[in-house]
Amino acid sequence: MRGTLTIKPIFAQGPSQTTRLVVAVTLSLALLVIDHRFHHLQQLRSTLAFLTYPLQYLADLPYTASRWLSEITSNRDDLLETNRELHQENLRLKVELQKYESLQAENLRLRDLVDSSFKVGDRVLVAELSSVDLDPYKQQVIIKKGAASGVFEGQPVLDARAVMGQVAHVTPLNATVVLITDTSHALPVQVLRNGLRTIAIGTGRIDQLTLPYLPTNSDIVEGDLLVTSGLGGKFPPGYPVATVTRINRSPDAPFSSVFAEPRAHLDRTREVLLVWTIPNQISVSPPVDKEAPADAEAPASPPATQPDPANSSDQIPGTSDPNTVRDT
Amino acid sequence: MSEGRLVIIATLCVAMLLTMLPMPDWAQPFRPQWVTLVLLYWVIALPHRVGVGSGFVVGIVLDVLTGTLLGQNALGLSVVTFIAIQLHRRIRVFPFWQQSLGILMLLVIEHLLALWVTGATRGVAPGLNYWAVPLIGALLWPWIFVTLRKVRRQFRIS
Repeated sequence: MRGTLTIKPIFAQGPSQTTRLVVAVTLSLALLVIDHRFHHLQQLRSTLAFLTYPLQYLADLPYTASRWLSEITSNRDDLLETNRELHQENLRLKVELQKYESLQAENLRLRDLVDSSFKVGDRVLVAELSSVDLDPYKQQVIIKKGAASGVFEGQPVLDARAVMGQVAHVTPLNATVVLITDTSHALPVQVLRNGLRTIAIGTGRIDQLTLPYLPTNSDIVEGDLLVTSGLGGKFPPGYPVATVTRINRSPDAPFSSVFAEPRAHLDRTREVLLVWTIPNQISVSPPVDKEAPADAEAPASPPATQPDPANSSDQIPGTSDPNTVRDT
Repeated sequence: MSEGRLVIIATLCVAMLLTMLPMPDWAQPFRPQWVTLVLLYWVIALPHRVGVGSGFVVGIVLDVLTGTLLGQNALGLSVVTFIAIQLHRRIRVFPFWQQSLGILMLLVIEHLLALWVTGATRGVAPGLNYWAVPLIGALLWPWIFVTLRKVRRQFRIS
């Protein structure tokens, strides 16, 4: 090989450069269309992302190292001070939680009365953001938790204040999160004040969402809090999303243009929460309906459920239905 | 042979690191197209080894790293490497400032292709800042050229 190296080929060998260009451009366009329209390339992307993980790790290293350094050199007094502050905050939050726990229990009992199924609990996991920079014209971040920690595609991501976005691609060790402000992201929301449902779409600016599908006469005012409605099936209902900041109503347009500011600190957070929704087993009404005709005591069963709420709330984890027990 | 390939891949990896390295928010829109610049050097220096295929593969890896649609950077880089291969004999003999102008043209073409793709898929219109990026890249070109030439001579890659 060494001997032949002295003479460089003047003319390119193999297929001509033009052919190669045509093939490369066609392939790129095909990939673009498939990725944009059909989202079929997740597997390929995950594999490649796993192979290039060392690069991402290296790019993140200076930041991680500087943080580690500042952590080990931090002052004892500072640490004690932070510890004290956190302890106080923890106490305060616990007191508030007591109130919410009783409210949640009451809410569950009421929902059980009207036979509505309800998601009981959410499991959360804290993940750290990677400091790696991505395409500046896309709103996305990388988190340092991946499929190995149970992260899945489409999983909701929150910060301490509100909804941040959802997981777009997962590799075993990290995951890409699309923020709610990305132009490709749409989130079903409702106004907390009156339950008005609509969709919040990203604008590509980190501090702005738009609600394009609200008629001019819809009941929405500046300062309204938007929460997730849970209708898309991906986000659990009831989490805060954004505050309405600006409403332009022009009489000749069918829709008013409404803008909202995300409550989450999308550009400042360093830690995010990943949420798993745990469905409970309350909704066992179909079996009851099946047994009701056999008993021929259908009118009797509604009064029977009335003194029930206290018991049934205790029996949420169990699969046996108190009604069927009483009827037999 | 394979040694040389490792060196080329290493320089491209450094360029990718520079592309991902955290920068303050204000500086992010001005990040030069490091990977394109390094790739262009290798295409002009070794057109028989680094060509359209390499551009495509590097582009795909860059797409995965920066989270853009798969194919966006691959499209731009394959087109730019193709043009660079056609022009490499001329660019090699240019003085630095003229080389920079040629590189500026190539960087603008790559950026324009990327803009078309983002425009066709999402409709975000970046500001005038967007066009400062190729300009910064062209200004950096002489230094990149000199550094990589030193690397190439050091490792005797041909």
